Amino acid sequence: MSSQRSSLLGKTFVYGTLIILALIWSIPTIGLLVSSFRPEDDVLNSGWWTVATNPSSAHITTSNYQTVLGIGQQANVAQSNIQLSDAVLNSLTVAVPATVIPILIAAFAAYGFAWMRFPGRRVFFIGVVALLVVPLQIALIPVLKVYLRLDLNGTFLGVWLAHTGFGLPLATYLIYNYISTLPRDILESAFIDGASHFTIFMRLIMPLSLPALASFAIFQFLWVWNDLLVALVFLGADPRVEVLTQKLLGMLGTFGSDWHLLTAGAFVSMILPLVVFFSLQRYFVRGLLAGSVKG
Amino acid sequence: MKPPSESSNKEISRYGGLWDLVATGVGRLLIALFVPAVTFVVLLYVFIFLRDSNAPQWVIAIVAILWGVGGVAVLFLAANAFIEQLPDRWKSRLTPFVFVGPAIAILAAYLFLPAILSVRDSLFNANGSQFVGLDNYVYAFTSPAMLESFRNNLLWLVLGTGLSVVFGLIVAVLADRTHPRFETVIKSLIFLPMAISMVGASVIWRFIYNFRPAGSIQIGLLNAVVTAFGGNPVAWISFKPWNNLFLIAILIWLQTGYAMVILSAAIKGIPSELLEAARIDGASEFQAFFKITIPYIQGTIVTVGTTIVIFTLKIFDIVLAMTGGNFGTQVIANEQYKQMFRAFDFGRGSAIAVVLLLAVIPVMYYNLRQFAEQTEAF
Repeated sequence: MSSQRSSLLGKTFVYGTLIILALIWSIPTIGLLVSSFRPEDDVLNSGWWTVATNPSSAHITTSNYQTVLGIGQQANVAQSNIQLSDAVLNSLTVAVPATVIPILIAAFAAYGFAWMRFPGRRVFFIGVVALLVVPLQIALIPVLKVYLRLDLNGTFLGVWLAHTGFGLPLATYLIYNYISTLPRDILESAFIDGASHFTIFMRLIMPLSLPALASFAIFQFLWVWNDLLVALVFLGADPRVEVLTQKLLGMLGTFGSDWHLLTAGAFVSMILPLVVFFSLQRYFVRGLLAGSVKG
Repeated sequence: MKPPSESSNKEISRYGGLWDLVATGVGRLLIALFVPAVTFVVLLYVFIFLRDSNAPQWVIAIVAILWGVGGVAVLFLAANAFIEQLPDRWKSRLTPFVFVGPAIAILAAYLFLPAILSVRDSLFNANGSQFVGLDNYVYAFTSPAMLESFRNNLLWLVLGTGLSVVFGLIVAVLADRTHPRFETVIKSLIFLPMAISMVGASVIWRFIYNFRPAGSIQIGLLNAVVTAFGGNPVAWISFKPWNNLFLIAILIWLQTGYAMVILSAAIKGIPSELLEAARIDGASEFQAFFKITIPYIQGTIVTVGTTIVIFTLKIFDIVLAMTGGNFGTQVIANEQYKQMFRAFDFGRGSAIAVVLLLAVIPVMYYNLRQFAEQTEAF
């Protein structure tokens, strides 16, 4: 009897604690989401939670989103420089290649390290491991100087290569760990059939490594999409190439009290990572588990 | 391992003469050089189009994505085409470098050489025109801004990392005892902030910390709670020195999910007999937790802690977006950015970056030793 009661008590404690923690963790995001759908007057004159406490006076609108995305209604002068639609495209233009390029380069390198013998192999791989934790701040000024000389600053190519460089140690390390565990006889029998390294890599190893590639892809995509520092340094303030995080930072300065716009803008920047995250959570977790040090 | 290779002698006899050999050699060389050259020129022209064109944004976006993604693939194909034309001996010697070469080149260009150049820059003045010895390091270790940054970074490292791990551990341990579906939902909710950028998180939390003078309606959650209990609203973000804690809370909110995922996997790896045996011996849940769970996952806790420490050391976006480093909240990475990009003092900026690099050296050393031990046969 008493042991039953104590186990019930224990259960209540476990479930109660978890529910409270999950609420604390979710409320900030819920507040943002609710506010982004409330009209300006409501957002600025009452807390977002009044939607729940006093539902009869609540209004819902998508006008905040129309304003920040520059859709429909004529935006006034001050608001015309917060159109995020270009920034969404820029973020995509930065993030997709900055995800694919390092994966491709790292996969080739991982294959080379795992299956080929060549002079310097061990030294180079030790270099990769050493670079895993190097803070990217160390590279900003020298790379920026070269970029300014080569006219690469403010170009997508410059940012892709920078993200590639900073993501490459982890990518190579993760994919190497995966590829090196693939059974060796697959490779040997392919060689006997006369296939070249290139063919084996494209036809055999890439498809087999998809889980590892997917894990890193999600990791890198979220990293690049959410990055601010690399964008600020290498893209600069040119509105033609500005990405979402830069825009959002600008809005925090200029529209710091326009919460109806800020909340909508923040949610616009979050929607794609959240979709990627929820649809591919399994791969993401696998990637996190496989290698947990990033520089 | 080695691809079947024909000796060059056989090749000569097959082509029946020196002249043929030279002709095919020249032909091959032309093809070998032609393919990469054409590839390069095409890529260059698209690059110039992207940089200078005034086409609509979505056209640029599509062309850029195709060019960037396709470009790398094409470069690899071209390199392979080049290699395929070479004599077998050279082919087998060069193929590994087609595979690992690009990665090594990029790592050298973007991390290794810049690190060396940063050390050099750190010994020069703001625009690199004059050697100043260790002046920039004197700044990095004695200026008020940097001393404040060191203090704050220490706070971030200890509290941010510590509490992320503690909360992650609590959720991981407790969720392990609940219904699997409940566990998944709770873990997803705690994990969700990981997908949010630090700038986005800053917007979310600035809203929570929003402050209006006493008497007006509070739209920030925290001040609404404070005033509901009869307190006076607080300007959290400029409330020295506690404002640092309110910024650190954002990091904990973002990183707990990471700690939870890794620790949860480790906890699920503990053999259940171990815990059951302890319970049969009369150990309480707390004793079992501290005597079995914690020692068993010790290694994982250290790994998770180290990863978050390295992440926290470079914390930048949150401070920039929340306070801009004002109100006594400056941190090293933001001071580095400020020196580099606001003051355009590349000397000081480099010196501070070197300080960050020095801070991770112990971890780098540990990683390398670990690697050397695990891969004797590498």
